[in-house]
Amino acid sequence: MNADQLIPLIFGRLTWEALPLHEPILVVTMSVVILGGLALFGALTYFKMWGYLWKEWFTTVDHKKIGIMYMILGLIMFVRGFADAIMMRIQQAMAFGGSEGYLNAHHYDQIFTAHGVIMIFFVAMPLVTGIMNYVVPLQIGARDVSFPFLNNFSFWMTTAGALIVMASLFVGEFARTGWLAYPPLSGIGYSPGVGVDYYIWALQIAGVGTTLSGINLIATIVKMRAPGMGMMKMPVFTWTSLCTNVLIVASFPVLTAVLALLTLDRYVGTNFFTNDFGGNPMMYVNLIWIWGHPEVYILILPLFGVFSEIASTFSGKKLFGYTSMVYATVVITILSYLVWLHHFFTMGSGASVNSFFGITTMIISIPTGAKIFNWLFTMYRGRIRFELPMMWLIAFMLTFVIGGMTGVLLAVPPADFVLHNSLFLVAHFHNVIIGGVLFGLFAAINFWWPKAFGFKLDKKWGLISFWCWVPGFWLAFLPLYVLGLMGVTRRMRVFDDPSLQIWFVIAAIGAGVIALGIAAMFIQFAVSIINRDKLRDTTGDPWGGRTLEWATSSPPPAYNFAATPYVHDADAWWDMKKQGYQRPLSGYKAIHMPSNTGAGIIISGLCLVMGLALIWYIWWLAAISFIGVLAVSIGHTFNYKRDYYIPEDEVRATEEARTRALAGTEA
Amino acid sequence: MSATATEIDRTVFHLEEEPHHEEGSSTMLGFWLYLMSDCLIFAMLFAVFGVLGGNYAAGPGPKELFDLELVAINTAMLLFSSITYGFAMLAMDRNNQRQTLVWLAVTGLFGLAFLGIELYEFAHLIHEGATPQRSAFLSAFFTLVGTHGLHVTFGIIWLVTLMVQVSMKGLIPANKRRLMCLSMFWHFLDVIWIGVFTFVYLLGMLR
Amino acid sequence: MSFQNEADYPAAYERQPSRRLPFARRFSIGSALRRLRLLLLAPLVALLSACNLVVLNPAGDVAAQQGDLLMISTLLMLIIIVPVMALIVFFAWKYRASNKEAEAEYQPDWDHSTSLELVIWAAPLMIIICLGALTWAGTHLLDPYRPIDRIKPGQAVDESVEPLQVNVVALDWKWMFIYPQYGIATVNELAAPIDRPIRFHITSSSVMNSFYIPALAGQIYAMPGMETKLHAVINRPGEYEGFSANYSGDGFSNMRFAFHGLDQAGFDQWVSGVRQGGQTLDRDQYLELEKPSEKVPVLHFGAVDGALWDAILNMCVEPGKMCMGEMMAIDRQGGLSMASVRNTMPLVYDKYAGRGKSPAYFGSNESYVMTICTPLQAEAAAADRMRRAELDTVAGPASLERLTGQGLSPKQTPMASLTTLARNPFATGPVPTDIRSVPNA
Repeated sequence: MNADQLIPLIFGRLTWEALPLHEPILVVTMSVVILGGLALFGALTYFKMWGYLWKEWFTTVDHKKIGIMYMILGLIMFVRGFADAIMMRIQQAMAFGGSEGYLNAHHYDQIFTAHGVIMIFFVAMPLVTGIMNYVVPLQIGARDVSFPFLNNFSFWMTTAGALIVMASLFVGEFARTGWLAYPPLSGIGYSPGVGVDYYIWALQIAGVGTTLSGINLIATIVKMRAPGMGMMKMPVFTWTSLCTNVLIVASFPVLTAVLALLTLDRYVGTNFFTNDFGGNPMMYVNLIWIWGHPEVYILILPLFGVFSEIASTFSGKKLFGYTSMVYATVVITILSYLVWLHHFFTMGSGASVNSFFGITTMIISIPTGAKIFNWLFTMYRGRIRFELPMMWLIAFMLTFVIGGMTGVLLAVPPADFVLHNSLFLVAHFHNVIIGGVLFGLFAAINFWWPKAFGFKLDKKWGLISFWCWVPGFWLAFLPLYVLGLMGVTRRMRVFDDPSLQIWFVIAAIGAGVIALGIAAMFIQFAVSIINRDKLRDTTGDPWGGRTLEWATSSPPPAYNFAATPYVHDADAWWDMKKQGYQRPLSGYKAIHMPSNTGAGIIISGLCLVMGLALIWYIWWLAAISFIGVLAVSIGHTFNYKRDYYIPEDEVRATEEARTRALAGTEA
Repeated sequence: MSATATEIDRTVFHLEEEPHHEEGSSTMLGFWLYLMSDCLIFAMLFAVFGVLGGNYAAGPGPKELFDLELVAINTAMLLFSSITYGFAMLAMDRNNQRQTLVWLAVTGLFGLAFLGIELYEFAHLIHEGATPQRSAFLSAFFTLVGTHGLHVTFGIIWLVTLMVQVSMKGLIPANKRRLMCLSMFWHFLDVIWIGVFTFVYLLGMLR
Repeated sequence: MSFQNEADYPAAYERQPSRRLPFARRFSIGSALRRLRLLLLAPLVALLSACNLVVLNPAGDVAAQQGDLLMISTLLMLIIIVPVMALIVFFAWKYRASNKEAEAEYQPDWDHSTSLELVIWAAPLMIIICLGALTWAGTHLLDPYRPIDRIKPGQAVDESVEPLQVNVVALDWKWMFIYPQYGIATVNELAAPIDRPIRFHITSSSVMNSFYIPALAGQIYAMPGMETKLHAVINRPGEYEGFSANYSGDGFSNMRFAFHGLDQAGFDQWVSGVRQGGQTLDRDQYLELEKPSEKVPVLHFGAVDGALWDAILNMCVEPGKMCMGEMMAIDRQGGLSMASVRNTMPLVYDKYAGRGKSPAYFGSNESYVMTICTPLQAEAAAADRMRRAELDTVAGPASLERLTGQGLSPKQTPMASLTTLARNPFATGPVPTDIRSVPNA
């Protein structure tokens, strides 16, 4: 066997060509990332941090630490996704009157695909999952989730997916198909490179994590609630999380299946979505949106819960219409499965089918509208404290109703015929995703940061970030609404009509203002960490909270609650405070806890290797890593000792320290 | 829960007895949820088969390809394996470790027989040229039936693992729980197969 | 989904000429709203006067109605959105913690009011009921598959005028237009006479695109092996932009064409100009043209192979390849015998190597099914398909009866049709189904 045969056998289709050395933008990015990575690696090694990270974080099964790791992952990927956004805005602002801009089609098409994929799967999803992971067990008075090991594994699978997407930046290419990779364009005939394979394997691996995390949180909410907490006494955020996770479990398998079929088309040459041999590309479009539409609600529902908590906390009032809020959430959950076709009215399904899906879509706006009213009347006759989370709530309500309105507009099929795939559509979904999901996440971060770290976030930099984000958002997306009405379609790289340019320039300026907002947010984190002693909160309840997570210390001990509280009211902690609750100061018991395990990160690491091997057709490596996954998984089941007790002494010491801290505050 | 709630004083916020979440108390629910998600994957594959099942691309259809007798034997293998798994669970209930292991082994053998017959069927079809690439119908057929077969394969690997664990640790609660989970999984695959047999093979012959 | 089924669709629609759209009859997208729209938009219009909001001010009647629907829906929703936004700001301001006056009103435990709950669920519900009715009516009226029955407000379609047929093919990355009535074809240039209905039959050669001329009518997907339809009319002469509104790969940005709305004389002149072009668009030409290319200049073909469109739609332009129609007919019969399993060609156009040269790693190179017809049979089959397609489209539904109601003259006033309705509101017979039949004041 000569080298010509041996090298493909060893390296598959991976060659030196795969490194994008001819793309100056990528070379610079790559050097920055490599240098940064080396610096980080060196620093961690120098400060001997690896052992600490491994023991305390990478192998942890503590839902709080996993939640924080999700948030970090989401924020890092957010920077990447936003960099893509800025590049697109600049390209579109430049490429007029014969100018090709600075990005060629090969690069530009990857950027808009990566932007969508990253923002949905590796920013919004980890951030939302992170918040749910952190808050839900605390809100229901549990010590951890139902399946702590799975929780760790889910996180690392999500991270492995993110790493695969990041790898595509420097080795090979990413998909050039748009974020949902419609065939036949994403089939092997029209996308022969590695791009779509990167897309498939990143989503498949991350999807496993997401599904398992959904199962985990449902079981947690159903089984682990504190005594007394019936379903209708659950905090609204827990309710929305429950519905979200039901949506996850009931929709991600659809994505898994449809991507698996696309994989078979690409790897084995089957004919699910090909033009020939009886395949049907339009079936892919249907199937992926059966997942895709619930996905939208997976992102927004938890934030509806966040806003409910914030509205009642900062208005100092019980949430208006708890019951209708819960029913609205459930109705949205169910209806979200009946609307998928509105993403492709223009496929020619016929007027009756189109109007059915148009009208079901509009019906979703009824419970959503009810929610807005409920927040509104929670503010009514309240004492509203304009802390940062509350400001985000107001900004959200004002922004989201516009996004909702344009959404209903797009649900009218004849209107959709003129606006489908236009920049109006782009403006609409950014209006709801930024105005809803992202504003909600910023509110949530500002709201629960003191719980997680024991000190509040700096308000001044928070305000700067807020006042950059909100006007910046409108500056960036109002022009897109206008452009959509001018009949400009999305994913265009170059334009003819010079009268459009001014709007793209305004949008690019808006993106710049948003960039300042993002920078201000990171400065806010840094400033707050530096000034943490000044911002310290020893009460564990800095906002006058209403739900159980505020009953424990900030940050909570590993076991969350020394004694599990009994719940009488949906606003459990508010009720406890009202009834003159006294913390028990004695009678501590040893607490049963799950122990850390490295199996999650190891299996995910092997999955990452397998994914990369499959992308590059390195079959031997894929086989070995697959066998590795099996072996480690089976090996893990032979470990029967997965728990330990926190001794009574340790619990007492922790609780007494808190007693002293609380006394210090009062003094 | 509501019954006790009425008895508890409004001002009592901690119960004497810490609420105890039995170890593995969520496992059944969690595994059930997983099965439902898996069921959805099959639902998708069935739906795809429903859409593409008549697209032979001017190639052979089910009547030309399927050997119902072989499939009937195959079905019998899987149904028997479900029954023997049931016997294993009965033995487990009686805490009879040896019998449990024997019935598990029998179940595994039936599972292997099922897989063997299925692989023979696939090999035969491919040998004749009816490959998954030949038509959308064949793509959907191989994928649906193959996914089920893959599940059975993993079921057998799991079964062997559990047999080792039961013989190492005995019928401890953790192992019983695992046997229960595999039981659900195994019967679930049986139910799916009944769908495959009816929807793909029997209806295919009627098409 | 198949093109056959889609072709059936308008026929099925036709079987129910008496479809009743009661809401639409009463709710006219009329002049009142047009005026209201102008009033509300005045400040915006001033702001946006520099740019051309083609979606709201198009030159074709169908797009105009779609734009109107957009405006009406927006206004309907603003009825609730504006008060809500005002209340958000008002409550946030009034109940701020620093407002000592509102302190007395503080009600920390007030969390329920049945009447208020009723209102907050009912108010959006009312709006959605209105919008839903509007949607149902509008979607059926503006169904792209439905032949239009008015040229512009107040002017019904003249039955004696045959609609202009244009067969549209989305290629990598350019548009091809075949005019079967004139036997000509163009690339990246489309023309139509004003005020004459246009009937587009749309397909694609490789991947999905979307055929969109904002000034003319809403878009519809162009999909390989399938046919979509669009009916429209252009009312103002001028040069408009058309493009693909669905990303289709590298050359997508430049997949644009000019659409000329011409008066009849201008159109005739344009047609004869194209005829002068001389070239013939036959299968070989097409296969050459089909290969990926960008920024293709306008091409004119003076003559077109009459069977080409059918072959493109059935994905059998390559000689020897089995047509979709033939394949589907065989499949409906339950497929063929085992021998047919090897009836495939080991080379390579559509399935693999559309734009690359890479078959699936574990796949075979078989790329298409060979036809089993003799050339003569194939020709007959194609002719048969075309004849059926012809029947399907010529039996246009623009009968005046449907347009204006049974026993009413086409010049019927809106009041009169309302009286008919009042006399027999549940009439199942043919009734005016079309808000477009109401002449604009």
